[in-house]
Amino acid sequence: MPEPLLQAVGLECERDERLLFQNLSFSILPGTVTRVEGPNGSGKTTLLRILAGLNDAWTGELNWCGQPRDRHRESYLRNMLYLGHRPGIKPLLTPLENLRALMAGRRPLDDDALLQALAGTGLSGFEQVPCRNLSAGQQRRVALARLLIADEPLWLLDEVFTAIDAAGVEAIESLLLQRAREGGAVVVTTHHNLDLPGMGRITLGGATER
Amino acid sequence: MNANASIKVQSAQRSVGVTQAMVAVFLRDVRVAFRQKQDLLNPLLFFTMVVTLFPLGVSPEVAFLKQSGAGILWVAALLSVLLSLDHLFRHDFDDGTLEQLMLQPQPLFLLVLAKTLAHWMLTGLPLVLLTPVLGLMLHLDGNSVATLCLTLLIGTPVLSLIGSIGAALTLGLRSAGVLLSLLIIPLYIPVLIFGTGTVAAAVEGAQVSGYLALMGAFLVLALTLAPFASAAALRISLSNS
Repeated sequence: MPEPLLQAVGLECERDERLLFQNLSFSILPGTVTRVEGPNGSGKTTLLRILAGLNDAWTGELNWCGQPRDRHRESYLRNMLYLGHRPGIKPLLTPLENLRALMAGRRPLDDDALLQALAGTGLSGFEQVPCRNLSAGQQRRVALARLLIADEPLWLLDEVFTAIDAAGVEAIESLLLQRAREGGAVVVTTHHNLDLPGMGRITLGGATER
Repeated sequence: MNANASIKVQSAQRSVGVTQAMVAVFLRDVRVAFRQKQDLLNPLLFFTMVVTLFPLGVSPEVAFLKQSGAGILWVAALLSVLLSLDHLFRHDFDDGTLEQLMLQPQPLFLLVLAKTLAHWMLTGLPLVLLTPVLGLMLHLDGNSVATLCLTLLIGTPVLSLIGSIGAALTLGLRSAGVLLSLLIIPLYIPVLIFGTGTVAAAVEGAQVSGYLALMGAFLVLALTLAPFASAAALRISLSNS
């Protein structure tokens, strides 16, 4: 069995006096797609933000490649890609400038590679249009273009199908599967009916009052 | 699990250099600011209005303006920096770029420092450049104007740096304006006192190097400590959002 990329042991999180989850343990292995499930308000986004390192209000243990994650923060951040509800796109910049700025701190690529990624998400012809003039789905696609050029082995994707059309959803699904085949790991939350072969599940049961 | 897995965990050493990442953050902020010019003009307009209203509202006499001109300019500059602080992280927070900034492998305090320097270049520096014109309007002589510009040049980055802590702390709040001012103004007072004190000393013909050295010490202190505090405050604010 391969070593898990990310391992959670006994995670517990409380928010606004409600216990979102406790004693939550799971392993994210390379080459897998894992879906976080649960009703609205059950803490899916919170769990993903905890895994990404954006939320510190939790107890338990998180291991990255067998080591405590918070002691290897730089290595973890270098190898993890998080896409949240808010796409991280500046409305005043063009898709190309946005993508360039997002990649600059991780893996600077030349414009050809960036343009190719934008074309791959169906944004050719919009590279020089300010993002505020694009539709919600197109803005999401700018963020998703990062998936086409990402070399991070761990992806944390929060509501990745929001505002994406049917053909786009299909393309993302096949991208996730291909990613898993190549040895990457994907954790995804969605209300879309996602059912990929071999997909793992983490089910959050709904919050309980404290 | 595929045997020819091509995606591997990269060592942290392969991440982008800190300077390069800081330059990218800086340039993005500058580019965004130049696409939204009213945000750029607002502090300058406010600065000019306050300074123009003083002779009209209090007294246009040369003696009064000569005596209080430096103080007026310093207070106006301080308030315009304060007004612009809420934008420092707010837009980035709303559109999610702040999250992505925090997830970059480089140390967060250096990226925050780059953002703060961009903020200073876009608000503080234009104020300094406008000061000679407004100084002449208030009948300040050449020597005082030069000293005033120098103190503002050292002082406004301190204002931006200290302000970044308050902006980061109040980020998660719905109406942050009043709280931000209450938190930050007490910390601005020493800078204001030494800033205007330097000009007053120059007017009396005293040596100002001691004053300037103290202001330089403020700047070094703010440069070395404020980014750490802002980065920690940002983590707290984002953790609660």
